[in-house]
Amino acid sequence: MSLKRNILDLRKRKDQVRLGGGEEAIEKQAAMGKLTARERIHAIVDEGSFHEYDMFVEHVGTDFDMGNKVLAGDGVVIGTGTIYGSSVCLYAQDFTVAGGSLGLMHSRKITKIMDHALKMRVPLIGINDSGGARIQEGVNSLAGYGEIFFRNTLSSGVIPQISVILGPCAGGAVYSPALTDFVFVVENISKMFITGPAVIKSVLGEDISMEALGGARVHAEITGNAHFYALSEKECFEQIKKLITYIPWNNTHKAKAFPPKEPKFKTKIENIVPADARLPYDIRDIIKSISDGSEFFEIMELFAANIVIGFGRMNGETVGFVANQPLVLAGVLDCDSSDKAARFIRYCNAFNIPIITLEDMPGYLPGVDQEHAGVIRHGAKILYAYSEATVPKITVIIRKAYGGGYIAMNSRHLRADFVFAWPTAEIAVMGPEGAANIVFRKEILEAADPEAMRQQKIQEYKDKFANPYVAASKGYIDEVIEPHETRKILLHALQISAGKDVQGPSKKHGLPPF
Amino acid sequence: MFRDHRKNTDFHHFNQNERIMTDQEKKQVIIVHSAQYQTTYNKKYLNRKVWEEPNFNHIKSYIPGTIIDILVKEGQILDEGESILVLEAMKMHNDIQMPFKGKILKINVEKGQKIPKSFVMLEIEPVE
Repeated sequence: MSLKRNILDLRKRKDQVRLGGGEEAIEKQAAMGKLTARERIHAIVDEGSFHEYDMFVEHVGTDFDMGNKVLAGDGVVIGTGTIYGSSVCLYAQDFTVAGGSLGLMHSRKITKIMDHALKMRVPLIGINDSGGARIQEGVNSLAGYGEIFFRNTLSSGVIPQISVILGPCAGGAVYSPALTDFVFVVENISKMFITGPAVIKSVLGEDISMEALGGARVHAEITGNAHFYALSEKECFEQIKKLITYIPWNNTHKAKAFPPKEPKFKTKIENIVPADARLPYDIRDIIKSISDGSEFFEIMELFAANIVIGFGRMNGETVGFVANQPLVLAGVLDCDSSDKAARFIRYCNAFNIPIITLEDMPGYLPGVDQEHAGVIRHGAKILYAYSEATVPKITVIIRKAYGGGYIAMNSRHLRADFVFAWPTAEIAVMGPEGAANIVFRKEILEAADPEAMRQQKIQEYKDKFANPYVAASKGYIDEVIEPHETRKILLHALQISAGKDVQGPSKKHGLPPF
Repeated sequence: MFRDHRKNTDFHHFNQNERIMTDQEKKQVIIVHSAQYQTTYNKKYLNRKVWEEPNFNHIKSYIPGTIIDILVKEGQILDEGESILVLEAMKMHNDIQMPFKGKILKINVEKGQKIPKSFVMLEIEPVE
């Protein structure tokens, strides 16, 4: 054979693999509104930057007539590329090949690229679109999943790990995304569950569609498994690329800095917050009037919306915002919002991202359902995460900072580096209404007009405690600031904290209340 | 309102346990330490389970499953620990026993019936 013939033969072989499960299967994939594995990767990485490996890997199944079957690339595409010029490792399961089912060699390809990502300290992006374990390969499939989960855990907090659910991801397979940092889902395409509708029907006789059981919206809003929710694959890829601009490539780096921009949010910051602490407003407007270019990239927008988390930039550098949202459930802390915030705080800490906390919350959500759902241990996570974090931690108290919630929201006592308060801040053990009812119970009961007395005592308590000056007098807050100074003082605090270096006691690992 | 520009998928299946909305909920107010805060509720909050005082005379399924066998009849008096029925769940035959000495008042299940979690399978009453 001449060299030319060798080259032609190679091209033919590669083209064959690139066809995946064949034209018919690709058409089926398109009919479901889905792109193919390679199209997806190309849509994420810089044009022409993708290199694929292990194209000629073949499956090793022999039972149940699998020996005669050829599965192109064993149903998964792995490779490396760049996003905005920086390296990433990727894998994408190919649903057109045996339903993207996971056999031994399929999993070996994935673990190969995972090992590579960890070794090279670059982010890993995994695109999941798979029917699940390849039953014909039996326990080898399970071994494959286990090897993936182990590497997810090993890489956790070292490199960013991103999971994109673009098809079914069922059974044990769901645990890889669950172990990674960010999960992306797309309406009508993503489906995640441990046991599918068929099993639920056979055990319970309950009819439920895949979408209603574990569709994109369910995971974005109800379970909290997904961090980003998109209406199309295209929107999802844009979200991934945007996220990539906010996070560092690994835990020894800082996120790339951008040119600083002034906020362009129109409403004056003073005019966003109603004077009456019982009236709501959108805390995201405050974030937007502080952040560079008024940009805020929100994470988990729909889940536990009573707390807002996400990335923005200050003076061009990435910061994480954690903010109570008075617009939803009065901004209370509860099981879900504590989980959501705690995980984000730990992410920021692992990846050297300073945390800005904006506080306006009346306390923990009362209720039997909350108590029985374990609000004690869930609520403790947020305390743990803030206490443990060693990145710069700055708090601005806007209005209410009551009780246990005051302590939890990055208070001085959890080693916040800077705590600022607006003159509207109310830092107290509880709100004036509750406090007056307890402190002046006797006076109110014995008064000729109990209601008038109650109002008088509430006002008395308000005047005395519902302000930032009691806490300021103890040094629990560093400065009471005018609202319009917020951005300026935050920029200054971030600048001062840039070289922050604190070490806790040496330990194998802490024991957060998981 | 909470700005939700996303398409709303149908969530009727989460509302199987129809709840009586109180006036307070219609106004979307959260009360913490006697202070009323105006706000909006999210779906999860609206669909939260309302706590009920447990009734120890109801024997409920602690897991969804199938009734394999019923070993008692209505009116029968049994000692604590005696088997009353077999509930198969997750390939396991679970022996359901009397929690105390008592009388079987009502049997709400049939052999072969599939039941969800927390289904009242039997009603009993204590006997001295």
